[in-house]
Amino acid sequence: MIKAIQILRHQGKQFIKDVTKVTLNEPFRGRPVISKIKVDEEALAKICPTNAITVNPVSIDLGKCSFCGECAFQFPAKIKFTSDYKLAANDRKKLIVQEGDDKAIELNSELIRKEIVSFFRGSLKLRQVSAGGDNSAELELNAAGNVNFDMGRFGINFVASPRHADGIVITGPITENMAEPLQICYDAIPSPKIVILCGVDAISGGVFQNSAALNRKFLETHKVDLYVPGNPPHPLTFINGVLELIGKLSRVKR
Amino acid sequence: MRNYITIKNNETIPFNTIPILKYEEFLETNVSFLKDAHNHCVSYFAFPFQNKLRLICCIANDFKARIKLTSAEIETNAAKVYPSLTACNLNFNMFEREISENFGVKYSDHPWLKPVRYSCSRFDQSASISNYPFYKIDSEELHEVGVGPIHAGVIEPGHFRFICKGEQIQHLEIQLGYQHRGVENLFLLKNNLLQRTLLAESIAGDTTVGHTTAFANLWESLCGYEPPDDLQFVRTLALELERIAIHTGDLSAICADIAYQLGASVFGRLRTPIINFFQNWSGNRLANGLIRAFQNNYSFTTELRDELLKILSAYEPDFEEMSDKLMHNPGSLSRLEKTGVVTFEQAHSIGAVGMTAKASGLNRDIRASHPSLYYRRMDHQPVIKHHGDVYSRTQIRREEIRQSIKYIKSLLKNIPDVESNKRLLLNPKQNSFLISLVEGWRGEICHCAITGENGELIHYKIKDPSFHNWLALALAVRKNEISDFPICNKSFNLSYCGFDL
Ligand code: SF4
Repeated sequence: MIKAIQILRHQGKQFIKDVTKVTLNEPFRGRPVISKIKVDEEALAKICPTNAITVNPVSIDLGKCSFCGECAFQFPAKIKFTSDYKLAANDRKKLIVQEGDDKAIELNSELIRKEIVSFFRGSLKLRQVSAGGDNSAELELNAAGNVNFDMGRFGINFVASPRHADGIVITGPITENMAEPLQICYDAIPSPKIVILCGVDAISGGVFQNSAALNRKFLETHKVDLYVPGNPPHPLTFINGVLELIGKLSRVKR
Repeated sequence: MRNYITIKNNETIPFNTIPILKYEEFLETNVSFLKDAHNHCVSYFAFPFQNKLRLICCIANDFKARIKLTSAEIETNAAKVYPSLTACNLNFNMFEREISENFGVKYSDHPWLKPVRYSCSRFDQSASISNYPFYKIDSEELHEVGVGPIHAGVIEPGHFRFICKGEQIQHLEIQLGYQHRGVENLFLLKNNLLQRTLLAESIAGDTTVGHTTAFANLWESLCGYEPPDDLQFVRTLALELERIAIHTGDLSAICADIAYQLGASVFGRLRTPIINFFQNWSGNRLANGLIRAFQNNYSFTTELRDELLKILSAYEPDFEEMSDKLMHNPGSLSRLEKTGVVTFEQAHSIGAVGMTAKASGLNRDIRASHPSLYYRRMDHQPVIKHHGDVYSRTQIRREEIRQSIKYIKSLLKNIPDVESNKRLLLNPKQNSFLISLVEGWRGEICHCAITGENGELIHYKIKDPSFHNWLALALAVRKNEISDFPICNKSFNLSYCGFDL
């Protein structure tokens, strides 16, 4: 017992005091900034392994970007990745960063359904479904609940049963073999409920785009409430996105 | 004349030097190879070649650091039925199931010929994952428990079907495939190096370094490029860091599953500085972006060295204190000891690898048996335990963490100069074959590639250690209480996506 208390004391304080204010260091790849410098745009777009770069004007779709960093290595004057980890959006178009843009990505409050804030602001229980996820986004979602990031302090937790959940967090490109279990799980969640796509694979298929093994029909019939880019998304990206969605950011200690 | 050819890990050879045997001789040869206790099957697969189906079997001799290759040709469409290698040795079980699922090969005497993962290119497209033929026993005393595919936690999907007598598990059948993304097919379809590297990073996101290193080593050898010291250094260091990070996380999860909150929290937070170090080095907590063929985008500076040494010296006392407490806590020991036992005979007969094998007294560790990178210069002695229970698998993690820290400290004494920050565009050799083995934290990772006339990939075969080891979990839980299933499962921590591909 004494030993256990000693161990406890040795841990000190591990939690991040303010999850909205942490700064991450280079070379962390967060929101990219694209300069207006002229480059060979076709060559630039061709580099991208997941077709995230489009030209005229040059833009990067964070829903497709696997954050490999290759474009920035080869065109350092054109593209820079900042360490801004607040990448989540509820409007798919907002994930597209254009040449010359250098502003924070924010949620469009008009698109947030009223019931999301009124029902879930105090407590949000989520059911996670890995539908072809490679266990990287899953590891980071688990980390979001650990003693360092501790999103449980905001009333946000993952739960075992969809019946206890207020929404679903999907990771992975949605495989054919998971299409039915995903639908069953979603149906079992009581309304109102939210859908969060977590990671590049979930948002666009990522490097698995066009694989014959996927079945992404679920996304054609369900509205997505939050897109969380990243490969995998950093726990801070996820937590900040969800806090903003449920209207809790103003209450987070500043 | 010998009817097989012998190669080394990462050695590229002309494809046509692999002898083609008659199927019967192929069967006998490979079965007899496995009578030598030093041999095990690292990969056995089929692919369509010149209108026939070519079988390739790779048997590793762990004592001589060599791999024996044989091949055979069989008809793809014929209604012919073949005797199975599995009937003679269970090492071949999963491989033959996979061959049968993908190409419709029929075996007369395979004891358990069931679908593996319902891959998108499976032979029988009418077979569906919702109709898996589970083993059934008719009895009024037994009942079935089905768990999954979606589990109670943030983890990947898979279905577990238990047959229980009261609370006691008699039999467990594990059905996977839910995570199948068609990775191997995509390796052929995506024809640029970066795309393939990203695929390798996504085979199993908890083993990014392991799988990407297997791919990078393979690709470089295929292009006739010998990685200089700085690349080898980065990969070796990253492999050991990944091992520390995941093992620490596993210790946390093991504690969580026995409701030991102190251990769960302490190990959980001890993992954080290690993966944050990956972020400070490569920009990503799971080391995505770090391992690249021919190049190193993130040189390992002396500042990074100092930072890592600081992290390790803060990690060590807290880790030792916590693991000592865990290993001496009667409450936790009573849950870990004699739970989920895999005997040496079982591990050997199913061809278990990595941690699972080492916990049952079976010495399988590529770092020692088929070393590449800096492991060639180290005298790596694998950590071996003998009880095959959850406790042994917990001990392995504890001791391997210590060992990795020791290796990292010695690596850090001598950081090689950066030679590889340029982008090389080399082309793979034509009509070649090679095999790349890497010991990831979970065990042996095996990538095989075959190129065609123009150096294009005509086949890419990936094997995650989980491919061998899921069966070990099914055996381990027999005669255990079903309530001990989570802790058994966690003690193996096998990969769903690495298996499903
Ligand atoms: S960092 Fe993103 S946009 Fe740039 S090349 Fe990689 S995937 Fe494409």
